[in-house]
Amino acid sequence: MTVVGSQVSGDKKFHWTRKDLLSVEELSKEEIEHILATAESFKEVSTREVKKVPALRGKTIANLFFEASTRTRTSFELAAKRLSADILNFSSSGSSTAKGEGLRDTARNIEAMQIDTIVMRHSSSGAAEYLARTSQAGVINAGDGIHEHPTQGLLDIFTIREKKKTLQGLQVCLVGDILHSRVARSNIWGLKKLGAEVTVCGPPTLIPRKIEELGVTISYDLDKVLPKMDVLNILRIQLERQSGAFFPSIREYAAEYGISNERMKKAKKDVLIMHPGPINRGVELSGEVADGSQSVILDQVTNGVAVRMAVLFLTTLVER
Amino acid sequence: MGPERLKKDAHEVYPKTRHPRPADVGILVPVKPVLDAPSIERTLTRIAHEILEKNPGVEKLALIGIQTRGVVLAQRLCQAIQKISGRQVPMGILDINLYRDDLTRVAEQPVIKKTEINFDLEGLTIVLVDDVLYTGRTIRSALDALIDFGRPKKIELAVLIDRGHRELPIRADFVGKNIPTHEEEFVLVRLQETDEREEVVVSQK
Repeated sequence: MTVVGSQVSGDKKFHWTRKDLLSVEELSKEEIEHILATAESFKEVSTREVKKVPALRGKTIANLFFEASTRTRTSFELAAKRLSADILNFSSSGSSTAKGEGLRDTARNIEAMQIDTIVMRHSSSGAAEYLARTSQAGVINAGDGIHEHPTQGLLDIFTIREKKKTLQGLQVCLVGDILHSRVARSNIWGLKKLGAEVTVCGPPTLIPRKIEELGVTISYDLDKVLPKMDVLNILRIQLERQSGAFFPSIREYAAEYGISNERMKKAKKDVLIMHPGPINRGVELSGEVADGSQSVILDQVTNGVAVRMAVLFLTTLVER
Repeated sequence: MGPERLKKDAHEVYPKTRHPRPADVGILVPVKPVLDAPSIERTLTRIAHEILEKNPGVEKLALIGIQTRGVVLAQRLCQAIQKISGRQVPMGILDINLYRDDLTRVAEQPVIKKTEINFDLEGLTIVLVDDVLYTGRTIRSALDALIDFGRPKKIELAVLIDRGHRELPIRADFVGKNIPTHEEEFVLVRLQETDEREEVVVSQK
């Protein structure tokens, strides 16, 4: 007589239960690691001769972008197509004020079209969560106001882990406009959960109050913290989101916080230069550094497709 | 593990409606040994000889193991082939989960593992390797997946155990052992690398 219980010790199981991905904050460390592991397997699909797997055949995904985006939208579109899902692109330019009632109607319409998963970008923080609560369809947050941009956070973490093997104890600095950056918030949550040390660095006007409560270190002097950093994630100066004057001039910003060749000399030799794009060359990042050997900006773009494939795959196949 | 879905092995899934088996809730159940460690080794050596007999020109041959235990078996077959012929045969790894016909119907999602085929399939004879051949659905998925990587000249199939009950017109070219089974039985292949044990057993309901 032998015990035949769970027979498969070589197969790690993970029970994914979310139909939505609204933030990195809500994810457990295990969920983040499961997404990253799934993304690793999906990365290979994009290197095949036939860059397509039938995993989501017959599923419909809607890209619903209330805010301009090319990179994220096409990345999601490509991810969906590589999984054989059908994808619809709704762009609703000019109706960025359509919240509340408007969103609920949108959700109803989408449900009536039997769409399985909605990928949404919206200028209001919390819009994705609202949609998820009112809709049967799964909702992937592709950026909501200044709240979170979870897939960007996850792909940044995926890229760091790919290059540095582990995040435990790694020194990561987010540079620039932390106040308006949903990318920063998603990064902070994820990085902290996986054991990295996070510093935010920028002009005082662009560092939100109480951000230290998320467990990050604040610095206003980039040259001081630069030498010990393993990763510099440089955020875009979001001129479109800034209503007031947060710094005297673009030139002054570039001089204080821009990553130039000169400044790179103070950094570790194996520092990673990251940027969520699109880059303002010569402002937050000089052209030479963006194209330099330490830059992993294009790896971020490649990995973005794999991470979004993983997220769409996991959420869309959850039983509703 | 929920009662709605039970795993026979990594790739074959019972219908949702089936009730939990004693084995799944940790109750002692009788098992029938089929192969022990030395006989697994002998069987693999024989399969390696058969593969070489059928494919004397090793340069056009490659092995692809199906995750998880097929990969281990493919690695061992590669070693055996090298021992016999003195030639290294390329080996790939295939995860078929994305090609399953029941992906949208299973309650618990499979964990997607690595696929790694670092060579061009064009013109090669591919020997697919898996542990147990049962309904044939895993192999159907594997064939679809392989075709997405290129157009091999020929695909052959090697399995350690053929337990019958096919649901598709699929057969193996190389079989370690044929075991007549009831559909209610489990065939458990345990290998040192994945299970820290080396045996094949059939467990009764």
